[in-house]
Formats: sequence, structure tokens, C-alpha cells
Amino acid sequence: MLPAVAVILFCQLAGEAVVRAAGLPLPGPVLGMALLFLLLVARDQLAARGARRLGGNAIENVGRVLLANLSLLFVPAGVGVVQRLDVLARYGLPLIVALVVSTVAALLVAVGVFRLLARRFSERMEPEAGGEGL
Amino acid sequence: MSDPIFALWVYLSKTPLLWLTVTLAVYCLADWFSQATGRHPLANPVLHAVWILALLLAITGTGYKTYFDGAQFVHFLLGPATVALAIPLYEHRDKVLRVLLPMTAALLCGSLTAILSALLVAHLLGVPRAVLIALAPKSVTAAVAMGITQSLGGDPALTAVLVILTGITGGIVVTPLMNALGIGDWRARGFAAGIAAHGIGTARAFQVHPIAGTFAGIAMGLNALLTAILVPLVIRWLLP
Repeated sequence: MLPAVAVILFCQLAGEAVVRAAGLPLPGPVLGMALLFLLLVARDQLAARGARRLGGNAIENVGRVLLANLSLLFVPAGVGVVQRLDVLARYGLPLIVALVVSTVAALLVAVGVFRLLARRFSERMEPEAGGEGL
Repeated sequence: MSDPIFALWVYLSKTPLLWLTVTLAVYCLADWFSQATGRHPLANPVLHAVWILALLLAITGTGYKTYFDGAQFVHFLLGPATVALAIPLYEHRDKVLRVLLPMTAALLCGSLTAILSALLVAHLLGVPRAVLIALAPKSVTAAVAMGITQSLGGDPALTAVLVILTGITGGIVVTPLMNALGIGDWRARGFAAGIAAHGIGTARAFQVHPIAGTFAGIAMGLNALLTAILVPLVIRWLLP
């Protein structure tokens, strides 16, 4: 388990370092995600050529624990609401209306565009992907 | 309060252990409640954990800085969890590659909609420019959104709050909305949740379906990148 934790932390560290050094407009952990993806590809390519699969499923197992509790990780930042109660008291209602309208609008636009293009370009040979009753 | 209890409180309130433990305990309670309701959207564990903790801080007169000294250990794991999104992405890579075009288009349109509609509505309702800047990047994950706001001279702490509120809103709205629209495509549902409501939408998507969670994770990562590029352009253009 520990080597898997170290690999995940290393990916984040490498991501943060590259982002900072190159001044990229991209969060370090997102670059770390890309790096871990490449490492997983490399691991299974090596295994496919007869080498032992390094670490077995250790990275998958650690990742599953983290992702199963993803909601928890947002709680400390959320409690930061106590620092800005003055702004919320003043502009709370307009901000909540803006957040709700914009979140619903973004959901509708994103899902609409995705479905439209998926139906037009990607789904002719994979009928199992859809499931909607339209 | 009697003296020994007061002395104990003075000790406890100074160690990170207290608020770390309380954060985990309150979240476990909120998550248990969410499970007990069959993951009802309104029983969102982030929403309920946040208000209970905020109330506890108010009752005990504890400042956010003291709280965060303990809670930072949980907060830190956001980074590794983002990296770990590579795992479901890798496991479902065939499904992802097949819808590259719909994903790219949905990302562009969804991301712009999230930024512009929030700015428009808030502006019409009289929210001043300084707060609008903090609002613009609210659909991306907290660390990135705070960085964007900071680079534009806004208030990053306010952005963090708006980011979490957006995530909670998305987490509550997404399931009933998609069901009402009759959309059964988990890829599209998850992808939309990740664009509109970053990691909290992704967490919700993973609760509903693993494919939805995978696509939400990709959307969250890509939207962080795109929003970091779009928000400065939009702000310079609309709010010079």
C-alpha cells in the first residue's frame, strides 16, 4: 500500500513542480493525473510483455479509498463560509440565485451538447451506450 | 465551566487533533444520514457537514484559522484524490476515447455557460464588480478557482465559499434534473456534473454510477484547465 501512496504523491509533486516551473495555467494535480495515467499504461504494457505487474492492484486500491470519500475532502474549504458571512449577508440572495441559475444552465447545456453530438457521431456502432427512453 | 474542564478545553482547542476528529465525526454522521435516505440529493453530506461544523465553531467561539489547523490534513488529500482520478479514467479509457468529440464540445459550451450565466444574473441583481470576479471561476475545483481569483485581484476566500456552494447546488440538482429530462446516458450525466459542479458533482456522480463518476472526473480536470484560460479573458472583456 505504501508504495502506491508514494506513487500518487509523486505524481502530484511532479505535476506541481512542472506547472510552477513552466508557469502553466493548469492545476498541478491535474497534470499529476495525466502522469499517473501514463504510469498505469506503462505498468500494464510491461505486464503484457511478460513482466510481473508492478504492485498488483495497489494503486487501484488506494485510489478507490480516496475517491470513495471524495465528498469529505471538500468539507474544510466549505466551512470557510464562516469567514465570509458578511458578504453573504449583503449579497447572499443574488449570489444564491446566480449560482442556482448558472449551475442548472451549465448542466443543461453540457448534457444537451454531449447527447446531441454523441447521437450524431459516436453511437452508430454502439447501441449499448444509450439507455435513455427518448 | 469548572476549572478542570476549562483547562482541558484550553488544551484541546490548541491542538489540531480536536477539529480534525470533529470534522471526521461530523462527516461520518452526515454521510450516514445520506446513506440512510438512500443517497437522497437533499441529504448531501457536504452540505450538512458544513453547516453543523460552522455552527459548532460559532458556539465554541473558534476561529476558522484554528479550525483549519486541524482540518488541513483532510483538505490536503484533495490533491492526491485529483491525481487518483486517473484510475477510473484508465479503466474506462475505451469508453472515453469513443466520445472525444461530444466531450470537447460539451466542455467548451458548458464551461462558457457556467461563467457567463453566473456573471450575468449576479450583475443584473446588483452584485458589485469585486464580488463578480470572485464568482466567475466558481465551477472549478477550489484550489484552481482561488488561484484564478487571486491573479485577477479578487477575494480567494470568497471564491472558495462560492465554489463549495456551487458544488453543493450541483450535487443536489443534477440527479432530479437529469431524471426529469429522461437522460439515461451515464457518460453525459457525469460529464455535465463535473463541468457544472467540479469535485462535489464528481463525488455525487460516483455515488450514482461508476461511469458517471469517471466522466465527471475527466470533466472536472478539463474544466479546471479551460476555466483558468477563459475567466481572465471574460473578465477583461466584460468587466474592464
